[in-house]
Amino acid sequence: MYAWIWRHLPGPLPVRALISLALVVVVIGLLFTEVFPWAEKSLPFLQVTVNDQ
Amino acid sequence: MRGAVRGFGELLITAGVVVLLFVAYELAWTNYEADRQTHRVTDTLREQWAHPRVTGPGDIGSSKFVKGKGFAFLHIPALGRHWSSPVVQGVSLPDLARGVGHYPETAGPGEVGNFAVAGHRATNGEPFAYLDKVHKGDYVVAETQTKWFTYVVDRTKIVSPSAFWVLDPVPGHPEVAPTQRLLTLTTCNPRWASYQRLIVFGHLVASRDKSAGPPIVLHRSLAKGNA
Repeated sequence: MYAWIWRHLPGPLPVRALISLALVVVVIGLLFTEVFPWAEKSLPFLQVTVNDQ
Repeated sequence: MRGAVRGFGELLITAGVVVLLFVAYELAWTNYEADRQTHRVTDTLREQWAHPRVTGPGDIGSSKFVKGKGFAFLHIPALGRHWSSPVVQGVSLPDLARGVGHYPETAGPGEVGNFAVAGHRATNGEPFAYLDKVHKGDYVVAETQTKWFTYVVDRTKIVSPSAFWVLDPVPGHPEVAPTQRLLTLTTCNPRWASYQRLIVFGHLVASRDKSAGPPIVLHRSLAKGNA
């Protein structure tokens, strides 16, 4: 998977390295801003209220 | 074949890294974010109190209970000399990431009835991380724009998550009209689980104007830099 991505990146080595780094940053950013806040909702220790259900 | 195995291996490693990142997010990042938001809410509220906007008649209380906005502070010396948290209106997860949250259907600070507040015990700022260290006789001070309200803790109780009765104006007696000014704090129990709730009950013992200075139970807490 990663080898396939690497092969399909354009440009010489330094450019590819930069693009890879940017991709990693984007993915981590998406995880922290979208995926994790969503996944967090089901964590038990965030349930601190009483409710009538 | 070899490529498929390698691809599968990469997928597993990636999943492992994502899980580790999630742990880091939960244990570090949510606290960092919550601290930032809590400071922002604190600064905004202190600023509002220091420079109240000129409002028309009938507008006085309207800014008091806006969902997601801070309207008071809690000080609990038993949780640490400088322990203080803004009280935000609402108990949704975004609200609770900004401070402790006021159950909207309950009384306000100092009012007759039950002033009920929830807070995280683990991650997201974890204001109530050590709520189990609060015992009978300890003080909880609610600070509003104009008043200090000092509550004393009567008892603590572990209940089920469905124990909605703790929010009653008179807890456990939903039909009784309240005459006392009560306090209820809720958080999860045990700290890293959710199958119980830890409840702290208290009642108002004193109230004083802001101009009279903080109540004596806070003198040690506020003496030095309570930002």
